[in-house]
Amino acid sequence: MAQPVFIAGAGVISAIGNTTAQNLLSLERAETGIAAIKYLDTEHRDEFPVGEVKLSNDELAGLSGFNIGISRTAMLSLIAAREALIDAGINNFASLRNGFISANTVGGMDKTEDFFKEFLPDNTKGRLRKVLNHECGAVTNLVADKLGIRHYVSTISTACSSSANAIMYGARLIKNNMLDVVIAGGTDALTRFTLNGFNTLMILDKQPCQPFDANRRGLNLGEAAGYVVLVSEQIALSLKKELYCTLSGYHNANDAYHQTASSPEGTGSLLAMKGALHRAGLQPSDIDYINLHGTGTQNNDSSEGAAINTLFTGHSPKMSSTKAFTGHTLGASGGIEAVFSALAVQRGLIYPNLRFETPMEGLPFTPETRFSKQPGLKHVLSNSFGFGGNCSSLIFSKL
Amino acid sequence: MADLKEQIIEQLNLQDVKPEDIGDDQALFGDGLGLDSIDALELIVLLQQKYKVKLSNAEDGPRIFRSVRTIAEFIEGSKTPNA
Amino acid sequence: MYIRAASNISPQNAFGNQPLLTELVEYTGDRLTCIEPDYKTLIDPKLIRRMSRIIKMGVASGMDCLQQAGIPVPDAIIIGTAYGCLEDTNTFLSKMVQQNEEALAPTAFIQSTHNTISAQIALLLQCHNYNNTFGNGGASFENALLDAMMLLHEREAVNVLVGGIDEITANSHTILKRMGLYRRQPISNFELLNVPGKGTMAGEGSAFFLLSREVSGSDWAKIDGVSSFYKPRNTAEIQQQINTFLLTQHVDINKIDLLITGNNGDLKNDAIYEHLQMYDFADKPIISYKALCGEYPTSSAFALWLAVNCFKNGSLPSALTGAKIPVKKVLIYNHYQNIHHSLILLSAC
Repeated sequence: MAQPVFIAGAGVISAIGNTTAQNLLSLERAETGIAAIKYLDTEHRDEFPVGEVKLSNDELAGLSGFNIGISRTAMLSLIAAREALIDAGINNFASLRNGFISANTVGGMDKTEDFFKEFLPDNTKGRLRKVLNHECGAVTNLVADKLGIRHYVSTISTACSSSANAIMYGARLIKNNMLDVVIAGGTDALTRFTLNGFNTLMILDKQPCQPFDANRRGLNLGEAAGYVVLVSEQIALSLKKELYCTLSGYHNANDAYHQTASSPEGTGSLLAMKGALHRAGLQPSDIDYINLHGTGTQNNDSSEGAAINTLFTGHSPKMSSTKAFTGHTLGASGGIEAVFSALAVQRGLIYPNLRFETPMEGLPFTPETRFSKQPGLKHVLSNSFGFGGNCSSLIFSKL
Repeated sequence: MADLKEQIIEQLNLQDVKPEDIGDDQALFGDGLGLDSIDALELIVLLQQKYKVKLSNAEDGPRIFRSVRTIAEFIEGSKTPNA
Repeated sequence: MYIRAASNISPQNAFGNQPLLTELVEYTGDRLTCIEPDYKTLIDPKLIRRMSRIIKMGVASGMDCLQQAGIPVPDAIIIGTAYGCLEDTNTFLSKMVQQNEEALAPTAFIQSTHNTISAQIALLLQCHNYNNTFGNGGASFENALLDAMMLLHEREAVNVLVGGIDEITANSHTILKRMGLYRRQPISNFELLNVPGKGTMAGEGSAFFLLSREVSGSDWAKIDGVSSFYKPRNTAEIQQQINTFLLTQHVDINKIDLLITGNNGDLKNDAIYEHLQMYDFADKPIISYKALCGEYPTSSAFALWLAVNCFKNGSLPSALTGAKIPVKKVLIYNHYQNIHHSLILLSAC
């Protein structure tokens, strides 16, 4: 049986805080980060509320240490990854077989879309510096270099399940005895590309979103970066600081129904959750809290709801979507929600599903509407489902 | 409606389909022409770009896009009547 | 771990049932472009309409590989692509800029995410199994291979479809050209490696493999190991990485029958290969594969395709040397812009 994987550190920057502590405080106080667009330069500025990190690019440069002009995606990533690394307090990190597995979907698109304004009318124009780090992998490299990680650097890009898959991949590299410690998670900055893209699908909410509500209108986009530090048992035993939890289960499945829509029964979601439970050696009744993918779209929430209903028949755990706080942070969502879930299981916390009013028809459960402390919390399930039917679920368990 | 059929074919990249192949009242979605939800969104863009008609409620889609005739009727109905 | 089958759409005549590289295709300029099959005979026309070029390339070669392997639905689909779906990204981005964020159509956006290729294959096969995509520059394909090999080792899968794919688009080529990646003067790919200079030629391709935990009796080759390393500090470190890799594989350099290396004609880029050819790889048969497929981040997938075909035929392609050397152990070594270096070791079944 493969060795367990522990979570030794966490870092997150999102619409509800620039550090893990700030995020936690907002969650506890039910203070949403969804607001009118402030930083992104877009024609749709007054149309859609979003979950922006409350810092300008210049401020992020100052905070991260990157030069001005570096992609926002990279800056967010470095801030969160560095927080996680420092949090883990691994003194001999540099001498271990270390890895950085970071996921994103937009890469340096925030700079590329500026470049294209000049490049399109005249392809000899536009500053090349802006597209130098366009690729998903280039963003990861920028951050890996700043963190001084060289042993193993990789980038996964599977739409909204990206960082959950990064965490899974990192854990498996440890279990297969290829690495000792991995910073795994993801990042995505808000861009005109994604805002307009989601708008063409007509799934953006013009008001702050209401996940899992019968009258939900769609999602709010967000931006963030979230990472956990995964360690092998051997490293875990050597650390003085209290560990967060174990990553006891994970699974990657594909809905194979449609390029963007999820199947009504939530086939992929069901397989992902079932697979994670099976790997963790748990029964559905062992799950105490589900951090839902819960984007707030008609389709996702019905599909995810149906899958949960099938799997947890008769004993549905407490659940909520934190996307009502942060917005849907795309490639970062699995990562930041992994941090929230690790904290939830470590400290016995249940987060509220903000703005929930009316239960969805046909579902015998409703999300939690208040923040609460649950000392007996043992196992937390976190879902991340994306375009292309990519469904991933992670389970965090109390030590 | 012939123009509309050509535009639909172009917007949806329906290769090997000619305007004559699409019946005026033929069901476009489901079993008919086999279009799906993404195609519905594409048709919304088509209406906006070619006919300056905006469909703000995606839920009206199935009704309006049922056939070429229903789309044509919708376009006609959206034109501002002369005062 | 066995490679049951492979399929490749590339700038050489590679796709489908044809003898291996009997005649090489020449390109003059600064790019090599794929020779593509008639997709209508391979993919349902109703589905093709929405697929951009790279998706058609990926789906066609992925499905062809599965067909050759006799595996209708694999236990996992894992793809590496550095640039992802460039044309769709380009289309949506361009319209967004030109139309000032108004009246945009969804299809290009939906198809622009990196995982579209692996998702489309899964959709066509109704494959609910493990599905992953790496967008990691010059190590994208190697990461996908490693992921596949781990799944097989973990016994999570028996058969895994792995692919490496990247495309050139007009705009991406213009940008990369402006960055100085390619030769300023037109050159033939046949001369590229013989006439050292600054810059290389752009390439593209889609190569898929069926990796299996089970021996079938008609497997093409065994994949012993894959290793990638990041930004080595100097030549000595590169040599050390190669030595360590061979050591962990319990293989002596003398046992390697054939080396496939990623020289691309750029002086600076090729310095390491020159060095290795003088020392560690001295007196070994070497194929520098990028003369055939051009330079792109997932070109090592082409190299792997070439290698497994050499094993299958028991000889090197007639258009290269035709030498009937015993192909028992092959080492592929490549790097992309000195950022990601990779090693793949293969043996005969």
